[in-house]
Amino acid sequence: MNLTAIIFSFVFVILALFLSNAFRLGLGKDIIITCIRATIQLFIVGYILKFVFGFDHPFVIILMLLIMILVAAKNAAQRGKEIPYAFWKIFLTIAVVEIITQGFLLGLKIVPAEPQYIISISGMIIGNSMIIANLFLNRLKAEIEMRREEIELVLSLGGSVKQSIFPILKQSIRASLIPTIEGQKTIGLVQLPGMMTGQIIAGADPIQAVKFQLLIVFLIMSAATLTAIILGFLIYPSLFNKEQQLEVF
Amino acid sequence: MENTEIELHNIKKAFADGSKKVQVLNGISAKVGKGTLLTIVGPSGSGKSTILSLCNLLQTPDDGEIYVNKLEVRKWDVQELRRYVGIAFQSAPMTKGTVLENLSLPLKLRGKALENPETYLEYVGLSAELLSREAKELSGGQRQRLSLARTLVNNPSVLLLDEVTSALDTKASQGIEELIQRINKERSVTILWVTHDLSQAERVGDETWLIKDGQLVEGAPTKQFFSEPKDERTKDFLNLLRSSL
Ligand SMILES: Nc1ncnc2c1ncn2[C@@H]1O[C@H](COP(=O)(O)OP(=O)(O)OP(=O)(O)O)[C@@H](O)[C@H]1O
Ligand SMILES: [Mg+2]
Repeated sequence: MNLTAIIFSFVFVILALFLSNAFRLGLGKDIIITCIRATIQLFIVGYILKFVFGFDHPFVIILMLLIMILVAAKNAAQRGKEIPYAFWKIFLTIAVVEIITQGFLLGLKIVPAEPQYIISISGMIIGNSMIIANLFLNRLKAEIEMRREEIELVLSLGGSVKQSIFPILKQSIRASLIPTIEGQKTIGLVQLPGMMTGQIIAGADPIQAVKFQLLIVFLIMSAATLTAIILGFLIYPSLFNKEQQLEVF
Repeated sequence: MENTEIELHNIKKAFADGSKKVQVLNGISAKVGKGTLLTIVGPSGSGKSTILSLCNLLQTPDDGEIYVNKLEVRKWDVQELRRYVGIAFQSAPMTKGTVLENLSLPLKLRGKALENPETYLEYVGLSAELLSREAKELSGGQRQRLSLARTLVNNPSVLLLDEVTSALDTKASQGIEELIQRINKERSVTILWVTHDLSQAERVGDETWLIKDGQLVEGAPTKQFFSEPKDERTKDFLNLLRSSL
């Protein structure tokens, strides 16, 4: 794409603004802010990636991954403000998921150990884990509010903290995974996944792009499951105090 | 009192109500002897349920100590304490699942199975046909009886009962009263029974407490409590409820 093409792509922004105005949707300000943010953020990321790929040093890659995980954990931790150490538990969860998935990918030589592969796949894994952590914490909170009496019943009968929360934990883990699983069912039928689209536009063989996309689908499934389960088991002890009473939410 | 089962020592408990603090219990001290059947009465919101939940550490007092069998509740192994001091909640909560699953829950938590579920249902006057029913679908009165039976499965030495007959008719209530009195006499189980029903408190109690305004206003042998109350506030409370009947 050359500069004129980029400038012409702003026509779409103007169209959205025009429609928002014509129908008095009141979204004009949001549209402008979103477009400006997207432009700036993506260009910054582009230049950073260019720099990191050029450097090609493990330390720089690890630093980049750490920053990505920190940002993701910070975002997800907003859902669990009430929970002690929520941020660190989410950070640890995403880091472990990242290490496990990259361990398999690189250890089994499924993808080459090159920065562009590591960073772009990690981006997808970490972003997805962040969304799962968000969904999980949201659901956990709602379930606890709804089923507090059940938790206290099990505790009152001499059950352990884990026994009292287990059904709710399981329910929340399940619920947080459903959108990921549902979402993958219609993959490709309506919308082509972004990465595949990108590869095809950039001139890759569609079959090659499909193989790569499949890898990503499978990766995201297992990363999502890992995230929900690890986070669930790290988080639940923080919901109770030392007298084994439900304290959070 | 030769053999104390429960001792409350200057108990205070407040709850946050929005931004302000409500002092629900404001310095309660009392003893309950082993094998006593204590009835607790008092206006709604006076903190009766709160007292019960402090006795098995479902809540912790802000100040003061609670001794169960001479040991401060925070020194007990929590799970052991909660099996020693069983509670039947006011709301008779049920978990998802059948009546049998709910009834055997206390044992399932210890990895055991319940051998004789029918016996427990019989105790509380429920038919064994209910075992396979969904517990959440039972009527209020049936749930109340199931909840009590479930608490009995742990065979507690102290039994906390919170309005366990409020949804029952007279005949069913009498059945429960007889059951509780039998458990109390035969197994010397100590019982703390919160009830709104003054005639019930009078019928079943060895001792009775009135909780009001964060205080233990009067604690006395039941007969004396009802026939010659000492505190003016007790007289007012009894008169008010009697005149409204
Ligand atoms: N977990 C809690 N959080 C906030 N407030 C509470 C909590 N538990 C009890 N309270 C408040 O403490 C007060 C006493 O409650 P409690 O349930 O002990 O009263 P009660 O005497 O059992 O009343 P009732 O006869 O209606 O059952 C009430 O004002 C109640 O709103
Ligand atoms: Mg109550």
